[in-house]
Amino acid sequence: MSAAEEVVTEGHAVEAVPKRAMTLGTGTSLVVLAVLLLVPLVVKNFVIFQMTMLLIYGLAVLALNILTGGSGQFSLGQSAFYAIGAYTSAILMEQYNVNYALTLPVAGIICFAAGFLFGQPALRLSGVYLALATFALATAMPQLLKLGYFEKWTGGVQGLVVTKPDAPFGLSMSQDMWLYYFTLLITIAIYLFSVNLLRSRSGRAFMAIRDNEIAASAMGVDVALYKTLAFGVSAGITGVAGGLGAIAVQFVAPDSYTITLAISLFLGMVVGGVGWLPGSFIGSAFIIFVPNIAESVSKGLSGAVFGVLLFLVIFLIPHGARQVAILCQQLAARLRR
Amino acid sequence: MELFTNQILAGISTGAIYACMALAVVMIYQAIDHLNFAQGEMAMFSTFISWQMMQWGFPYWIAFILTLAFSFAGGILIERILFKPLAKAPILTNVAGFIALYSIINSCAGLIWDFTIKQYPTPFGSSPFLGSQLISTHQAGMIGITLLMLAGLFFFFRYTRMGLAMRAAASLPESARLVGINTSWMIALGWGMAAAIGSVAGMMIAPVVFLEPNMMLGVLIYGFAAAVLGGLTSPFGAVVGGFLVGIFENLVGTYIPGVGNELKLPIALALIITVLVVKPAGLFGRPIVKRV
Repeated sequence: MSAAEEVVTEGHAVEAVPKRAMTLGTGTSLVVLAVLLLVPLVVKNFVIFQMTMLLIYGLAVLALNILTGGSGQFSLGQSAFYAIGAYTSAILMEQYNVNYALTLPVAGIICFAAGFLFGQPALRLSGVYLALATFALATAMPQLLKLGYFEKWTGGVQGLVVTKPDAPFGLSMSQDMWLYYFTLLITIAIYLFSVNLLRSRSGRAFMAIRDNEIAASAMGVDVALYKTLAFGVSAGITGVAGGLGAIAVQFVAPDSYTITLAISLFLGMVVGGVGWLPGSFIGSAFIIFVPNIAESVSKGLSGAVFGVLLFLVIFLIPHGARQVAILCQQLAARLRR
Repeated sequence: MELFTNQILAGISTGAIYACMALAVVMIYQAIDHLNFAQGEMAMFSTFISWQMMQWGFPYWIAFILTLAFSFAGGILIERILFKPLAKAPILTNVAGFIALYSIINSCAGLIWDFTIKQYPTPFGSSPFLGSQLISTHQAGMIGITLLMLAGLFFFFRYTRMGLAMRAAASLPESARLVGINTSWMIALGWGMAAAIGSVAGMMIAPVVFLEPNMMLGVLIYGFAAAVLGGLTSPFGAVVGGFLVGIFENLVGTYIPGVGNELKLPIALALIITVLVVKPAGLFGRPIVKRV
């Protein structure tokens, strides 16, 4: 084996996305916000529920996007943090009668701590090795939740039923609609937080690590701290999403949070565009609606139809929805001239 | 002590399954630098093809050879049609492609051969091997075949022009192109060989876990773990990793109280991660030196 073979320049596992290209412009954001605010007034309850789930999965994909697109670390273990968040909310609400809105910050903090701690051993690993480690976390989680030892709190294999909150202040809207607006509020808050995080000093540190770890450490970035911090923040946001998910679905059970969920979130990130935060919600729409479409095309071959659709998407837009957004932007600029 | 030896023996026989799969995983990793999530499903599909041929009355070894050829061609075809266009796409997009392929193959196999569990014949018989109840002749044969494949791969990579070209294309693609190696075809060849090795693994594993579209799911996870444990750059490491994972899993199940079938996998994985934290490139992998 020659010496040349042993030395490689560190490849870009994740593309370098400049921080300005990570968000939407003000005008577009306002239009999207208006649509999100107005649509629930005219559609059926089931569609409102689906939109709620879209926002919730969108948050989870956003969290993964901060970790992968922001700091360049890859994770297949997001479902584990989602599960921790969901169970935290469910247990607090059902066993200790805590108000649902107050359970979310607790879920976030617990998951932040869990993610930060998990980030410590994960520091030594990168690429496929990190993927395997996070994967192990994802496969272990449902089994841990089933353990007889925790059954007092978790309800074991049966899981827990969660009551859906009513609209407060005597507002006359359905539970679904209230939950949607509640979720929307939290989503906007977390989205703004994430955008600002990536624009801050910490965000620049994440991106420096993503683009070149050695160069980043030479510039004085504390690589270990920021890598674990990225894990913590990502896990925290996923935890809040999990808590919201538990309230929206009204049920938590170990088998809802298997590796399949982690893989879906990953697909959502790729379809939305790695490193493009608004894309998280487009990706989440993909993972919620496309399996249903596939099912309606053919019951027996739904998996194959889903695979073909996924292939179509990645063939046409290998960089995800971000590529479409860039094309639109260029088109708009040309029209204006 | 008796129990301990027996559990080690049992571990080796399950480990042979993982070693087989890990070898295929390492093969594709050598060629394309990613883990192929659809590897297990490709192996499962090949195994179904061989089963179908045997249903049509072909003898075992003829079906075996035909399946090898079919898998080799199939692997090359999949690379040419589906993954060559994605060569310039980001890595994560490629991984999404593997997941799509997984979904397509699994669903098609389910539709063609349905999800009922099928018996699969073994060419080695299933009587006890050398009087031991723990290893059957089939498992001994499987270990033999795994070691044979390992030796074959070693000679291929070490002593043939093609093997050298494949190694060159995988480690330094630009330089390899400069000396006239068609790197694009080397990747296709890697896919073909990985598919063929996977099909052997599938046909060896099927008599143990029975044939059905989801048979490879658990095996692939352990195969990945074994390959990563042994070091993704080393076929020898993959085989050793496979046996180690098998032994780990059995000892954990026997000696730690309260560990049922469900906790075996997480504990085995946790052990592997512990090993990785200490030795990040795996037990036999070459550490890769990074530069700015």
